[in-house]
Amino acid sequence: MKEDAIKLSEQKGEFRKKVEDLLPEGNLDLCLTCGTCSAGCPATGLENMDARKFLRMVMYGMDEEVTTTPWVWMCTMCQRCIYACPMRIDIPGLVYQARASWPREKRPKGILGSCDMALKTETCSAMGASVEDWKFVVEDVLEEVRETQPQFKDMEVHIDKVGAEIFLNQNSREPVTEAEEMVPLWKILHTVGADWTYGAKGWAAENYCMFLADDKAWEEIVRRKAKAVDELKCKVWLNTE
Amino acid sequence: MRSIIQYYAQWIREGKLKVNSDWNKDLKIKFTVQDPCQLVRKSLGDPIAEDLRFVVKSVVGEENFIDMVPNKSNNYCCGGGGGYLQSGFNDARRKYGKVKFDQIIRTGAQYCITPCHNCHSQIMDLSKYYEGGFYVVHLWTLICLSLGILGEEEREYLGPELKEVGL
Repeated sequence: MKEDAIKLSEQKGEFRKKVEDLLPEGNLDLCLTCGTCSAGCPATGLENMDARKFLRMVMYGMDEEVTTTPWVWMCTMCQRCIYACPMRIDIPGLVYQARASWPREKRPKGILGSCDMALKTETCSAMGASVEDWKFVVEDVLEEVRETQPQFKDMEVHIDKVGAEIFLNQNSREPVTEAEEMVPLWKILHTVGADWTYGAKGWAAENYCMFLADDKAWEEIVRRKAKAVDELKCKVWLNTE
Repeated sequence: MRSIIQYYAQWIREGKLKVNSDWNKDLKIKFTVQDPCQLVRKSLGDPIAEDLRFVVKSVVGEENFIDMVPNKSNNYCCGGGGGYLQSGFNDARRKYGKVKFDQIIRTGAQYCITPCHNCHSQIMDLSKYYEGGFYVVHLWTLICLSLGILGEEEREYLGPELKEVGL
């Protein structure tokens, strides 16, 4: 006996309903199943999953599989799939929502820990660098450069200079693990005569709460950083990347 | 919010950052560059990728720059983003990164420039893990090298052929 075709409009996954609400432009029915997404994706095949398959599983209402596969942590949400998709379907958005559907404490420890560390540190540093650590490292490294490299004896690095044109952020990796890597950046800014400052607070460039798919925490971190920039009345928030 | 790469390009165009590639004229060391997904595809698009190439070519010499294929907004992610490096899924991360590793190897470049921290960590790990033998550097290192102001302690990521250049 011939089986009836599966009607996608009749599949009723909770996850699908949720993402349809959240992705107003992402009419998931538009997928042509062409596979352009998975053909150019480095995550294809990991955990026996790929972007096209993941989308089909959402469509079929396979909630259990979609919300438990660790594959969502193996896709970086780099957006190459949506860039290549002829229908512009937001697969990374689905991946983000699938991450968010994991109980918070079950999400990967490293990402969770980095987000929580940033939340409890004024600097927003995922590595837990405090205001004091930060000031000490910057001053210490600067002093050494001034002493050992005569052409930079007058180089300045400000922390909390109100009204500077530029507020520069910095990935925690530098002050915590490779402080000398900040020096070439300072030298460039010094050479062009830039009017810039670091903040004592909110300078850390990373935001793991975003990767953790914790909307509230993500927003909290961004607001705290933006506030630090605003408080110093800087015009430009400059990313070192 | 702006990217410092926009400023680098602007400062070079305005003549404030007097970089040149003379240091690499005889050395002929080949460089490629990783377009960070977050910066290019997800934020500022091809114009920032063009700025990035302008800066890189000004610093290492046009003839010493080899682009990956595909590139710019169509570039492959290296596998360092999205929290991958902290997620604990290291085997998956390296399998994912093999695409990037092969892409870099095909350029034949001895150095891969990574303007993003996650890219830097991931591509360093890929070079080591798959024994690619290429070096992975921050852009600021090369700008200062080209300006002749890169200090001795600021050369952690440079290979032996560049450790002494301009000292």
